[in-house]
Amino acid sequence: MCFEAIERLPKNSVVMISIDYDAASEPELQPMLVAVLRHCFAKDLKVILMGHWALGLPLGEIALNQVAREYKKVYGEDYVNLGYRPGYVAQMVGIGREIRDFFAVDYKGIPIDSFPFMRQVHTYNDIDILFGLEAGATGDAWVQYAGARFNQKMFFGATGVVAPDYFPYLQAKQIEGIIAGLQGAAEYETLIKQAGSAILGMPAQSVVHGLIILFIIIGNIGYLLTRKKK
Amino acid sequence: MIGNIIGTWIAATLTIAILSFLYRDNPLYKLAEHLYVGVSAGFWVIYVWSFDVKPMLIDRFVSATGIEKWILLVPAILGIIMLSRWIPQYGWISRIPISFTVGIGAGLGITASIQGFILPQIQATLLPLNTINNIIIVIGFITTVFYFYFSREHKGFLKISSRLGVIFIMVAFGASFGYTVMARISLLIGRVYFLLHDWLHIL
Repeated sequence: MCFEAIERLPKNSVVMISIDYDAASEPELQPMLVAVLRHCFAKDLKVILMGHWALGLPLGEIALNQVAREYKKVYGEDYVNLGYRPGYVAQMVGIGREIRDFFAVDYKGIPIDSFPFMRQVHTYNDIDILFGLEAGATGDAWVQYAGARFNQKMFFGATGVVAPDYFPYLQAKQIEGIIAGLQGAAEYETLIKQAGSAILGMPAQSVVHGLIILFIIIGNIGYLLTRKKK
Repeated sequence: MIGNIIGTWIAATLTIAILSFLYRDNPLYKLAEHLYVGVSAGFWVIYVWSFDVKPMLIDRFVSATGIEKWILLVPAILGIIMLSRWIPQYGWISRIPISFTVGIGAGLGITASIQGFILPQIQATLLPLNTINNIIIVIGFITTVFYFYFSREHKGFLKISSRLGVIFIMVAFGASFGYTVMARISLLIGRVYFLLHDWLHIL
């Protein structure tokens, strides 16, 4: 569903990516970010990167620079990095009025109006889809403020721990889709036909899951045998 | 380049130090743990200064004029008052900024929860019973609510419903647990990948 949400967008549509995670969730969420960025740049979409987890922004910048180089995209023309600003709830509500109230300049302090495509971006109406990379509860705020108040279309990439909390939003059609955990990232990499670190991690995931299932079965057999003895 | 190499070696050493806890608690683990807490705290101080205090208070106070300048004294004073908790006899003053923060949080949060969470979620359970999925969702929703209904003793119909509700709750917990296991393994994979790829260049 997330793949289709990006696939449906026409050339030059604006995608906003929110980095709502930090290094502790990097193994799961970074492959998602790289895969979605590759998809966006392959389709010539404009990307706005920002984030509500200050310590995660450098990770976003690393991925953005890496993928932009791969696709020969130019900063300011094809993508911008707005960086971090404090007060995420006020920000989410404020972007509904005017993005410049919070992000008048990018992360380097350059006025966003000096970037051609940013001149057209003022509110959620000018952002075609939002992609939130979620390792906590910031996604709830996106749904409740940007989604419910301003009808902003969005989809999430979530860590395995928080993904179950976001599935009710998907069922209620409040979000377009979820990329859940490393498995979700591997599925996205498969869909864009570019293997990355998520696919690389899948054999290890499968073996460990098999082992855990085996341990659960052994544990239950042990429990049943002990109960029988008693 | 040399900075990257040094950084990778420090990260690899600290990763091994943290993983050494699997054997048992040891000084190397403690060092890595304390270093992590200290660096995180230090990083936050810099971030709060660089992103909050300096650009939003000091720089704006210097550049703004008229009422826009003096209104900044309100958050500055509220922020300073918050620190009064350190002086026991004046600690009560900190309730003013706390109540201000709670008020804003409640004002924004109540509307958002109703508009963005409660109503859409209720709406999503009011489904026609024409597919198996819809039937499961409706039964799951009703029986789970019954489980949390404590005003009457769970006997008869209420007992059967709440038992069914427990099954749905357990399935939800199971799904969460499964995802959590996957997440934790992913983190381990991430660390092992870092050690083998970025540090040792084996992968």
